[in-house]
Amino acid sequence: MSHFTQIVVQAQDFDFAYEYQKLRDSNHSDGALVTFVGLVRDMNLQQSVSGLFLEHYPAMTEKVLNNIVQTARDKWQLGSVSVIHRVGQLKVSEQIVFVGVTSQHRQAAYHANEFIMDYLKTKAPFWKKETTPQGDNWVVAKHSDMQKLQNWRN
Amino acid sequence: MLKILFFGQLKDVIKTECLEIEITESGKELNTVAKLRSMLQEKDDTWNEYLAYGKAMVAVNQEMTSDDTALSDADEVAFFPPVTGG
Repeated sequence: MSHFTQIVVQAQDFDFAYEYQKLRDSNHSDGALVTFVGLVRDMNLQQSVSGLFLEHYPAMTEKVLNNIVQTARDKWQLGSVSVIHRVGQLKVSEQIVFVGVTSQHRQAAYHANEFIMDYLKTKAPFWKKETTPQGDNWVVAKHSDMQKLQNWRN
Repeated sequence: MLKILFFGQLKDVIKTECLEIEITESGKELNTVAKLRSMLQEKDDTWNEYLAYGKAMVAVNQEMTSDDTALSDADEVAFFPPVTGG
C-alpha cells in the first residue's frame, strides 16, 4: 500500500469503481479523493453529435501527461494521482477521460484535479473529430480553455 | 534525415501523415523549425495555409517548442493544430 502515479492511454473503456477503489486503497493517510470523468456529449456548438474519434501522438502523449502530473505534485502535497485517457472511436455518453487525485485535505485535491484537466486540455496531444449528420468535423480548440491556463499562472 | 509527422485536421487536409527529409534539402540547411516550416509551406496553398505560424503548433522530439528551435539530423518534428483532448 503506497502512493502511486498512474498514466494510461487506451482504446478500451475504464471501470470508474475499480479506479476509485485503487486510489482509496493506495494509502490511509489521505482524507480527500477528488475524481473527474469527461463524457462524450450529444451536442457541440448547436450541432448534434453522434460520436467522436480521438487521435493522439503516441510517443508524446504519456510524456506530456507525466509532466503535467509532476507539475501538480510540485504545486500541491498530493498522494496518488491517476489519469486515464481514451483514444479511437467513442459513442455519445461514453467515458473519455478520468482524473483522480488524493491528498490529506480537500483543497489540494480539488485544485490539483482541475489543474491537471486544464493542462491536459491545452497541452496533451489529443485531437477530437466529431461525427455529425452533416459529416465529420475536427473540433477547434477553445480560447476559453487557453485562458484558464492564464489563471493558474497568475 | 528528419522525420516529420502531422496530426489532426492538418494531416487530413494535406493528406500526409509522415515525411522524411534530408536536413540539407536542395542546398538549403533546414537547421531550425522556422526554416523547415517555411520550406514545407512552399509545397502548395493548402500546406501554406494550414502550416502557418500560429495555426500549426510544433513539437521536436515529442516536446512542444517554438520556431527558433535548432534541428539536428534524426530529430522527430511534429506539426499539429491546437490540441482538443479531455
